[in-house]
Amino acid sequence: MAEPKVKYDRQLRIWGEQGQAALEKASICLLNCGPTGSETLKNLVLGGVGSITVVDGSQVEVGDLGNNFMVDESSVGESKAKCACAFLQELNDAVKAKFIEDCPEQLIETNPSFFSQFTLVIATQLVEDSMVKLDRICREANIILIFARSYGLMGLVRISVKEHTVIESKPDHFLDDLRLNNPWPELRRFTETIDLNTTDAVVHKHTPYIIILVKIAEEWAHTHGGNLPSTREEKRRFKDLIKSKMITMDEENYKEAMEASYKVFSPRGIGPNLQKIIDDSCIEVDSNSSDFWVMVAALKEFIANEGGGETPLEGSIPDMASSTELYVNLQKTYQAKAEADFLVVEQRVRNLLEKIGRDPASISKANIKSFSKNARKLAVCRYRLVEDEFNSPVQPELQKYMTDEDYGTAGGLYILLRAADRFAVNYNKFPGQFDSEMDEDISRLKTTAVGLLNDLGCNSSALSEDLINEMCRYGASELHAVAAFVGGVASQEVIKLITRQFILMSGTFIFNGIDNKSQLLLL
Amino acid sequence: MADSTSQSRSRDLDKLLLRPGNLVGSTFEPGTQLREDIKEIVRVLVIGAGGLGCELLKDLAFSGFRNLEVIDMDRIEVTNLNRQFLFRLGDVGKPKAEVAAKRVMERVSGVDIKPHFCRIEDKPISFYNDFSIIVLGLDSVEARSYINSVACSFLEYDSDDNPREETIKPMVDGGTEGFKGHARIIMPGVTPCFECTIWLFPPQVKFPLCTLAETPRTAAHCIEYAHLIKWDEVHSGKTFDPDYPEHMQWVYSEAVKRAELFGIPGVTYSLTQGVVKNIIPAIASTNAIISAVCSLETLKIVSGCSKTLTNYLTYNGVEGLHTKVTEFVRDKDCIVCGPGVLIELEVSITLKKFIDLLEDHPKLLLTRVSVTYRGDNLYMQAPPVLEEMTRSNLDLPLFELMSKTPTDIVHVTGAAGKGDKKQSCSRKLRVVFKGVGVTDMDMAGGA
Repeated sequence: MAEPKVKYDRQLRIWGEQGQAALEKASICLLNCGPTGSETLKNLVLGGVGSITVVDGSQVEVGDLGNNFMVDESSVGESKAKCACAFLQELNDAVKAKFIEDCPEQLIETNPSFFSQFTLVIATQLVEDSMVKLDRICREANIILIFARSYGLMGLVRISVKEHTVIESKPDHFLDDLRLNNPWPELRRFTETIDLNTTDAVVHKHTPYIIILVKIAEEWAHTHGGNLPSTREEKRRFKDLIKSKMITMDEENYKEAMEASYKVFSPRGIGPNLQKIIDDSCIEVDSNSSDFWVMVAALKEFIANEGGGETPLEGSIPDMASSTELYVNLQKTYQAKAEADFLVVEQRVRNLLEKIGRDPASISKANIKSFSKNARKLAVCRYRLVEDEFNSPVQPELQKYMTDEDYGTAGGLYILLRAADRFAVNYNKFPGQFDSEMDEDISRLKTTAVGLLNDLGCNSSALSEDLINEMCRYGASELHAVAAFVGGVASQEVIKLITRQFILMSGTFIFNGIDNKSQLLLL
Repeated sequence: MADSTSQSRSRDLDKLLLRPGNLVGSTFEPGTQLREDIKEIVRVLVIGAGGLGCELLKDLAFSGFRNLEVIDMDRIEVTNLNRQFLFRLGDVGKPKAEVAAKRVMERVSGVDIKPHFCRIEDKPISFYNDFSIIVLGLDSVEARSYINSVACSFLEYDSDDNPREETIKPMVDGGTEGFKGHARIIMPGVTPCFECTIWLFPPQVKFPLCTLAETPRTAAHCIEYAHLIKWDEVHSGKTFDPDYPEHMQWVYSEAVKRAELFGIPGVTYSLTQGVVKNIIPAIASTNAIISAVCSLETLKIVSGCSKTLTNYLTYNGVEGLHTKVTEFVRDKDCIVCGPGVLIELEVSITLKKFIDLLEDHPKLLLTRVSVTYRGDNLYMQAPPVLEEMTRSNLDLPLFELMSKTPTDIVHVTGAAGKGDKKQSCSRKLRVVFKGVGVTDMDMAGGA
């Protein structure tokens, strides 16, 4: 194996070569390279993103030596962007690293088109006003944006992109697509060749549970007016029926069949997440539609027609006790059905493309195949404009976050971080930034936070005095460990955004470093 | 607008350590003394200089700790470079602990990190007692279990079976796998130890040999057949070494042959390596997240500057982002962190007989036992010099060796478990001699 492949082996096992190729094509812009920014970028440089551009207008101070690994003693007085860029480059020479000595706030004000050249912008330690402005710029230019902020023992991560669609969401636990409750004709025919009542003990214990369950479900339906078990009592009797077929009590395949019997009971057809996607207004496709929505439109047609209410078959089966021959043949039966379904979906995609005036070959076979295989697991994430969240957060949610026992601290921290930014506009410093003005700052922050909550139409009585005090104590400090956490989360989401794999976090993530009860706030 | 502290290296950390707060630990005494104590007095041991270890050393160095030590037996490999950010291509083959320590010291001036390039079992138990707190960045259940047993062996209970605070050796443990991870704090005697919640780490399921030999169904079955069965058939006596590319290549090509024979798809070289070496996928971001929590909790335990995690955090970034804090409870009968396994003995019993007895004790099943009493080696299995020096004790009565103390704690180390599942451990025994001294023999409370 070539060296880069070996170097990335442990991550290729997670996002594969396609994911890696996407990372290697990505060009990433970082705003502000304090510890939060440096740590975010460190994780991405290690993973092998294509290029990074570090934007920071400040010089390295002695204080930075106590929290930033990407500067050292000799960098004091030098450009922070330059130093961080050089140290980041050391981590991986495959990454193209450059820096710009400019203040991000200035760039946002004076050169909005600057951001259009990147795949993704990571904006760290920006205050509310700059966040809102940058968000508008990136939304307009369709550039993916992620905010990361560390503040004392708290932190915030927020993705902002109009829409992010995922085909390979790779969920951890997802029901196998076996169609035990709705076998297609070939699977039914295959199971008909097997006799569960065989007296050959070796054959009996090597019959895979898929066959056992399809046959027993059929037997059950036959004696129950075509219905499958639905009540708890029926499910229990169904399991007893499986058990009654065992020759000896140690037959692994029958034990597996009993454990997997819930797969027979699961409802037919598609789940609520997919239903929501095929009901989305985006499936009215035209020449401006993305490949994803064209494929969803084709999928909807498939489900309504050839699929008979089901998605295209995924085509893989889990390992199970079985003879090699039966297992391999069963696998082939599933693969053949998946291939046939895919071909139908492909034809529908090509027809649709033609209909909307696009080249019918403009979506690759491989993409349609992956889409067809993952149809049940599609995901669509959308994010409000930051400005909209800030001005009109979802009110019942906000009220809940402020008062709920589990959310209380995170909700309070969210409001207080925003209040701290308002405070900074009014007083030209952050609350508690200087030791001498702690007491005034505490009462000023409280007034600011109460004002903010009132503006948002929210009751302020739940705001904890201890938490206000705590925010002032932080005095806008950027602690390395908090930055490492926030940077870790931000880089993880960047990887998901770029590889288009896994499911993004929704809403605004609040890191609560006090008792680790962090929360995602859906505002 | 420059503040007096802005020219200080501890500019940001000072906010947390010098200022009072309401959401803090009961022991928190903010001030420069606290900052200096963390710098000068506190000693932190990091176990493992891998994905977590590299991050931990950096994070701890920036959390005000100056006296750090790190122990790791591994050398740097190319596959480490996607996340173990202290290592470069040119470092491949060098000891991880040494390179990691050097790199952090180069970047963070003032911090002192002493590397130990050895196995954790190579250090005497007393080595571990010198640290204020132990932070674990490991990837194996066995190693966690060993360190846990060592840290818990320092724990002493008072006569009411309450842990003596000065003997509590706190541990902070992290672990990751792909996008998932956990962080926990262990205060032996107060919060559950690793052994109390061992069920959180179920043993890895192995394929039955008959499946491999007779009914292979998956690519992994074909690979394990080549690795576990075919290799020994063909290479009589030669041990398989996963680090030899030729060995791996052989297993791969045999697995391909077998897969073709049975019509099974999916055998690749990468999968072969994954199955044979039991490779756990690993990425930089999860390691950064979990290490950050561990470092922050370490600082909080030592300083009281905020609340601490109670007591187990799980992290999952696969679907969205989920963190969950669970308060697990102690197993009151835990043989590792409890007051000690009660052993009642006749005064005449010899050290040799005592050692034999531990082998059959149902709770212990200890072999290759070494015994220490109040820091003195009564019998040591290794090294040979020590074995020779202590051998003559074997025929002496344990009662005599313990200066005729009617009841006391004895520490033993050895291998626990049955058959091929043995692993190193340290156990605390509460030895009581029958018919002497204490008349009230009800010492078993809580044991």
